[in-house]
Amino acid sequence: MKQYLIIGNGAAAVGAIEGIRSVDKNGEITVISRENHHVYARPLISYYLEGKTDLKHILYRPSDFYEKNSVNVLYGEEAVSVDPDGKTVALKSGKKLGYDSLCVAAGSAPFVPPTEGLGSVPSVHSFMTLDDAETLKSSLTPDSRVLIVGAGLIGLKCAEGILGLCKEITVCDLAPRVLSSILDSDCAAIMQTHLEKMGIKFLLGDTVEKFDGSTAHMKSGCKVGFDVLVMAVGVRANISLVKEIGGECGRGISVNEKMQTTLSDIYAAGDCTESFDITSGTRRVMAIMPLAYMQGHCAGVNMAGGTESIENALPMNSIGFAGLHCLTAGSYDGECYEERFEDGIKRLYVKDNLLNGFILIGKIDRAGIYTSLIRNRTPLDTVDFELLKKFPALAPFGRTYRSEKLGGEV
Amino acid sequence: MKRVYVNEKWCLGCRLCEYNCAYANSGESSMIKALRKKAIRPNITVEEDGDINFAVSCRHCRDPICVKSCISGALSIKDGAVVVDHDKCVGCLTCVLVCPYGCIREGEGGAVQKCELCLNNSFGEPACVKGCPNRAIVFEER
Ligand SMILES: Cc1cc2nc3c(=O)[nH]c(=O)nc-3n(C[C@H](O)[C@H](O)[C@H](O)COP(=O)(O)OP(=O)(O)OC[C@H]3O[C@@H](n4cnc5c(N)ncnc54)[C@H](O)[C@@H]3O)c2cc1C
Ligand code: SF4
Ligand code: SF4
Repeated sequence: MKQYLIIGNGAAAVGAIEGIRSVDKNGEITVISRENHHVYARPLISYYLEGKTDLKHILYRPSDFYEKNSVNVLYGEEAVSVDPDGKTVALKSGKKLGYDSLCVAAGSAPFVPPTEGLGSVPSVHSFMTLDDAETLKSSLTPDSRVLIVGAGLIGLKCAEGILGLCKEITVCDLAPRVLSSILDSDCAAIMQTHLEKMGIKFLLGDTVEKFDGSTAHMKSGCKVGFDVLVMAVGVRANISLVKEIGGECGRGISVNEKMQTTLSDIYAAGDCTESFDITSGTRRVMAIMPLAYMQGHCAGVNMAGGTESIENALPMNSIGFAGLHCLTAGSYDGECYEERFEDGIKRLYVKDNLLNGFILIGKIDRAGIYTSLIRNRTPLDTVDFELLKKFPALAPFGRTYRSEKLGGEV
Repeated sequence: MKRVYVNEKWCLGCRLCEYNCAYANSGESSMIKALRKKAIRPNITVEEDGDINFAVSCRHCRDPICVKSCISGALSIKDGAVVVDHDKCVGCLTCVLVCPYGCIREGEGGAVQKCELCLNNSFGEPACVKGCPNRAIVFEER
């Protein structure tokens, strides 16, 4: 019986489990989980604070998931090193586990930049785990003033989550705009205006020079008093387990289209990896939930002797705040088609007869039709793109496509 | 598995399927109560291409990208049909971002809505198909 070992217990691990079981019903699967929780949906921790989900519904898979898939989960255990020759993984607790095939699905960790005086702050938080969310919640009172460092996806989702649990929230970021990794300044301005209407304050293009207890001294010279601090500057892929034993790594663990690392019988999936992005033509870390699951599944199938590959990965994001949604995909490179409307924008980027990326704010219906054009690398001269760019629909794809997709199984 | 398939040459573009869908999923006992003075939000959409019409609803894909992409685990496959757990869904719209056919949409009350083949309502079989006057959509095995 084959022994499968998975490090980490997030979406990528679930993908790996389901991938393995789609091929091999009998092999022994062991999961090493640092967190003491049944797998939950990490992006839902802000919704949990907002009261839009609870500890039952936050579970990414039903409570009998491991049992049904005959998975042995070692909760509260941490992998500290891998021996690729002896094919074992050492745990912090001193245990050693053998494997035939290993999947590193270790995710990422918050990056906290060294800042003068950070040690003097009484209440410092990260926002990555359910435990982080619980601790943050218990440190908030209706009178709390919260400072969030980082106006990216995690910082802003955190802000939305705690808006009703505290008195005021200030978000600062070195970048001059919100969501700087996915939005340009025009689009970011739309989101920022909306977030400000919700009651969130911003200090952008500014950074904390030093902390002094409950005061942040900003580079601009202003001072921000706060009771609770959340550091959400960014995340770093957990690559050390593979890097230490000579596996190729960039910012993430390098994987090929089968999710193999450069070491034999060691696979990697999810936020800890970097892989090929078809829209930029480069290898990059694409830390998103859909890809984490799909990469995990791909790794699992291959670990169990099946074949699966991912050859069309692209970065994409769907983020919304109080009813205003922003959907983005691909790279913003190429000729731009733009439509603006009240509280929203549509931007499509076309390059070499292909749709290469888009930003949609406000009007987002049927956005997946655009994503599929990017993913499938559909030559735009084979569809009626003049029509499509105004309305995402199936009519512009023509009859043959339709009879295939609507008249048969897909 | 039985799915809803389109015969576009028979479609009259009458949009009855949209109304039947909205009614079937309204939970109301009469069509009048369900649809009167309301903008309907059906799970099937009639499109137009010149003088051709056709109705689009969830394909219940064999390897559904929406299910694989759902950030909460709210989407799953139940006996071949792709269904939404409305209590789990947080309305993030990642599924809207990935569905290649544009068949899942924002619903009322925070969760998304999509065709569930009327397995989740009192109709038990697709109301759109049942009401189509010209058999332009059919529910069958292919
Ligand atoms: C607040 C927040 C909101 C987000 N919102 C979205 C969103 O809306 N859409 C989206 O697509 N993505 C979102 N993301 C990103 C998404 O959560 C990740 O892409 C996804 O969780 C990655 O899954 P993973 O399995 O690769 O890693 P993770 O979910 O991070 O799981 C890795 C697990 O491995 C464990 N681990 C690490 N090292 C070890 C070790 N040595 N031994 C044992 N265990 C170990 C970690 O503790 C962790 O539990 C969000 C993230 C956060 C934090
Ligand atoms: S919602 Fe879209 S992706 Fe999901 S099963 Fe239906 S057609 Fe396929
Ligand atoms: S909107 Fe709901 S069903 Fe769609 S991906 Fe988000 S949580 Fe899943």
